[in-house]
Amino acid sequence: MNEIRRETRHEIRLRVNGVTYELRVPARRLLSDALRHDLGLTGTHVGCEHGVCGSCTILADGEPVRACLLLAVAATAHEITTVEGLAGPDGEPNAVQRAFAECHGLQCGFCTPGFLTTVTAGLRRDPCPTRDAAREMIAGNLCRCTGYQNIVRAVERAAELESAQEPAR
Amino acid sequence: MKPAPFDYVRPDRLADAVAALAAPESKVMAGGQSLVPLLSMRLASPSLVVDINGLPGLDAITVTSGGVQVGALARHTAVLESPEVARVQPLVPMALAHVAHATVRNRGTTVGSLVHADSAAEMPVVLSLLGGSIEVSGPAGRRTIAASELFVGPLESSVAPDEIALSAFFPALPPGAGVAFDEIARRHGDYALVGAAALVEGERIRVGYLSVSDVPTVVDLTGVPAADRAEAALEQLDPTGDIHATAAYRRTLVRVLTDRVVAAATANAQGGTP
Amino acid sequence: MTTKLMGQPVQRVEDRRFLHGEGRYVDDILAGPGAGPAVLHAAVLRSPHAHARILDIDVSGVLDVDGVHAVYTYDDLSGPMAEPLPVLIPHPALTHGRTQYALARDEVNHVGEAIAFVVAEDRYLAEDAVNRIVVDYEVLPAVVGLDAARAADRLVHDDVPGNVGARLEQTVGDAPAAIAAAPHRLALDLEIERSACMPLEGRGTVARWDHDSDRLVLWSSTQTSTGVRAAVAAKLGLDIGRVDVITPDVGGGFGVKIVHPWPEELLVPMAARALDRPVKFTEDRREHFVSSAHERGQTQHIEVGFDDDGRLLGLDVEFWHDHGAYTPYGLIVPIITSTQLLGPYKPGAYRVVFESLYTNTVIVTPYRGAGRPQGCFAMERTMDAIAAYLGRDRTEVRAVNFIRPDEFPYDHGLVFQDGRALEYDSGDYPASLDKLRKLIDWDGFAEFRRACAEQGRTVGIGLACYVEGTGVGPYEGAHVHVETTGKVKVATGLTTQGQSHQTAFAQIVADELGVRFDDVEVVTGDTRRMPYAVGTFASRAAVMSGSAIHKAARRTREKALRLAADALEASVDDLEIVDGIVGVRGTDRSIPLGTLSVLSNPLRYAFDEASKAATQFSVGDSEQPPVAEGDQPGLEGTDFYSPEHATFASGMHAAIVETDPDTAEIRILRYAVVHDCGNLINPMVVEGQIHGGVAQGIGGALYERMAYDDSGQLLNASFMDFLMPYVSEIPDAIDIDHLETPSPLNPLGIKGAGEAGVIPVSAVIAAAISDAEGFPITAMPISPSDLHTLREEHRP
Repeated sequence: MNEIRRETRHEIRLRVNGVTYELRVPARRLLSDALRHDLGLTGTHVGCEHGVCGSCTILADGEPVRACLLLAVAATAHEITTVEGLAGPDGEPNAVQRAFAECHGLQCGFCTPGFLTTVTAGLRRDPCPTRDAAREMIAGNLCRCTGYQNIVRAVERAAELESAQEPAR
Repeated sequence: MKPAPFDYVRPDRLADAVAALAAPESKVMAGGQSLVPLLSMRLASPSLVVDINGLPGLDAITVTSGGVQVGALARHTAVLESPEVARVQPLVPMALAHVAHATVRNRGTTVGSLVHADSAAEMPVVLSLLGGSIEVSGPAGRRTIAASELFVGPLESSVAPDEIALSAFFPALPPGAGVAFDEIARRHGDYALVGAAALVEGERIRVGYLSVSDVPTVVDLTGVPAADRAEAALEQLDPTGDIHATAAYRRTLVRVLTDRVVAAATANAQGGTP
Repeated sequence: MTTKLMGQPVQRVEDRRFLHGEGRYVDDILAGPGAGPAVLHAAVLRSPHAHARILDIDVSGVLDVDGVHAVYTYDDLSGPMAEPLPVLIPHPALTHGRTQYALARDEVNHVGEAIAFVVAEDRYLAEDAVNRIVVDYEVLPAVVGLDAARAADRLVHDDVPGNVGARLEQTVGDAPAAIAAAPHRLALDLEIERSACMPLEGRGTVARWDHDSDRLVLWSSTQTSTGVRAAVAAKLGLDIGRVDVITPDVGGGFGVKIVHPWPEELLVPMAARALDRPVKFTEDRREHFVSSAHERGQTQHIEVGFDDDGRLLGLDVEFWHDHGAYTPYGLIVPIITSTQLLGPYKPGAYRVVFESLYTNTVIVTPYRGAGRPQGCFAMERTMDAIAAYLGRDRTEVRAVNFIRPDEFPYDHGLVFQDGRALEYDSGDYPASLDKLRKLIDWDGFAEFRRACAEQGRTVGIGLACYVEGTGVGPYEGAHVHVETTGKVKVATGLTTQGQSHQTAFAQIVADELGVRFDDVEVVTGDTRRMPYAVGTFASRAAVMSGSAIHKAARRTREKALRLAADALEASVDDLEIVDGIVGVRGTDRSIPLGTLSVLSNPLRYAFDEASKAATQFSVGDSEQPPVAEGDQPGLEGTDFYSPEHATFASGMHAAIVETDPDTAEIRILRYAVVHDCGNLINPMVVEGQIHGGVAQGIGGALYERMAYDDSGQLLNASFMDFLMPYVSEIPDAIDIDHLETPSPLNPLGIKGAGEAGVIPVSAVIAAAISDAEGFPITAMPISPSDLHTLREEHRP
């Protein structure tokens, strides 16, 4: 049995959705827990804590990563975006959020934040995905409710909305 | 599913990182995509995690005519998307496309997956087939470990606990040679039930296999008649059964994949599409 | 005139919060700085053994851990808490019902059974503490799987002979005699493995004892907040009126969250009260695999007698149901299998008998479909076997056995899971089959198969039919309240796990009350708002709460019209309500519902402009009481819906699969669904339910199973090895066609839709693989490795 040890707490600075937060956390604190329980950003959901389900997907410097597979102490170098940071400054939903509503791409809503972050980043890389590319884009996220049919439609619809919004792209 | 306590350092000099690893039960963390789940399940309980993400220069991907050198902090995605890598050694991106899902590839490192030494993973078998190596740094300085010496047992590499892998080297595809990769997994992105990579170079045919023995295994099939290749390979492999596949099924997949990857690599060598 | 919303694909009101990360799930309660009093976190020590006697538990090393507040074992429980958990649904045939204790007393019967409960500053510390508890076990031999349970050389519970918890037989006519006399006879042995609901959110409970008002507030991800409320009150010895249970947003249920009380649902409030701090338990994924319920595992023996056309003359079914270590949910699952396997068919004489057996594995309670997937598998495999035996088309054999549209209501003469007659209310099975044949191009398949064969490809087609009893009782209720602003607040007591209730129920209210959809706000699963309710299961929410809401809205409308008739000096018959304004037809005289709400509540005090109109010197006949005899203040209505028996939805699925001749990989090329859930409230939502059900069914048919070893260890307790489908495993298109045969049992003519998609999938896929491969598929799920083994066995 391990000795009882008093844990060192690390003073860290996290940049999340454009805001800098100062925190004291033990080294083992997962980023997903820091976001949810220390910062109250409960939009990031925890579905498996072993990196398979994708519910906790956030953006680190714009790229999707699993928040349950990052230590909070190791996340300080990144600009983090959570689902709470996807909408515009006035709360206006982004194209992906609008498309998910239009296409009924969510039911219980638990996996949804992970899909939204993933697709938001995915469409930046590939603004006009083919059907296969749209499916591949979400292929690392589990959804138990929708059967994915409407999520794939939402990816395609989001691409349409974005291209209509920014014809210059 | 929360990790047990550990200490944490994030050195910004290699020497400090190596020094930190002198502590007993310390563990290097790069991408963390294999390590953090083990921590959360408390299957690994290091007393110290040495985060090497602060070390400078380790994210480099250096491509020369001789091959591809991948730094310890180069993420799978960066390697996968490098046109230079694909040009010099196309087997690397062919295999990387099968590693987990894009989100995990964004954070996970190619070198990390090599030293994790999972015989069900794609990159160890690629390194073995190509005859690559890794470079490590430890208290005694730097050394190079050939792939043939690297994978010593299930999830066990010959990198010492106080060493840090700095880079991996994948030799270039010789002119006229061809490669191919294929695997059968239960779900897209899962570890393969069986996977195979082939390197065809003139008459020389070699095939590497994953998920069919404790370590990534490369079989030399040079000179074996096409019809006998799979059986020749099976003589050197030891597929076992688990909850996802019987041993007999894995043997069938070895047969199917051997023929597929050899044919594809041959076509690749002749300039066809892999 | 406002467009009627019933039947329209109205976009969901829920989405706004979910898309912005503003959903409130149980683990979000009291999370983050400034969210309220600092919450403590619980972790559970769970048995590592499938069957063991507990000799000693040493917790001495635990309280020393910094940040640990309490540790509880069985010895710390008292009163009703120290009694076994309830058998929720007793049944006379459940002669040997057994349930666990909130914390194991002296024996554990499955890996994962709760033994000790630790409360600490955070979950990390709580897990550290759990790991320091030392338990001395005497390991006992485990009973794993139905073969071991039936063999009974070892017992799960010493006092349950043969491991048999229940044996139940139902008969209509003399099936053995009918089979013996039939021109043709067949026998089949079938098997379905265990799986689980596996919602992406696990179970969760938060409790807070409010000393100021002496009340317990409990948040639970349950499918029945009133059930949890009653259970917690009973176990903790509290007056039920002192317990509030709130079910906020829930990240999927599919059945597993209907069982109650789970040990943690009792231990969390117990600790919160004792420690005077809010306490939270959030189940993690590994725990979910070994401590939350599974389903599906059955083996079946079927004997059938039939005539030259394939018409059933006698059907004799015997099956064995693995209910795991305990029976908190009674016999619901096997009863459903035994009755609903009949599907759309008339069985001739029918006999069904099942044994419900104990094993040292996680408990088994309803999972979406609840015994129907197994029943459908039994019946549809039988239909296919008959067709193969007679050399007839599989659709023809089904058609000759259908209950005809003019035979409704059709009473099977059996007792259904709700203790009521198995009497189908309506349906049109021949029309469904016609639609399905067109949708999948049944008649064109032979040509497609030939074309594929020329390319060396192997394909097969299969179909399956089901009938689903939905909307079981006993009742649901609703409260509709028009506020003085004209906004309409609706409460119903059952809970929501993604079925779009806030949208669908608002559609019903907007239509019935004549208000704008956007003005309606629906609350579910909050005992403070509607204390009388049953819960969300058995595809009952739309039927039960939908009907209750419709009735409550009608009552509210009646009152509004009565008040408006007075205020406008008009006859009720001349009034209409459009967009929340009551008007006299053909005139410009009108009054908003909000104003009527003000007038409905006679006031002594004015607090704003609107309320002045209702004060004592402004309104009313001074000769009459301000609130008339028999009336109540407020513009609101409460009503309940309690049907005689279930309503029966139905459907038929078909699929074309391709099997790889080399790797035995199985790919679904096309999937078609014809679905009849009566009148549709929101077709977008119904299709979403079907998509999700089919995907879950595909998981159950091709990927998901619980892999126990002989010692009772679950070998695949993670998402790495329990293979829930990603998008890459689900076909790109699921073709759907609807038939709307209204139910005569409720005012909206609706039937349930939540579970339907999942029911026939294993039967359909088995049929299609069988058709492709040329040998029968008798066990599901099936993996490529399994198919490879079968090919070896059937190799000529």
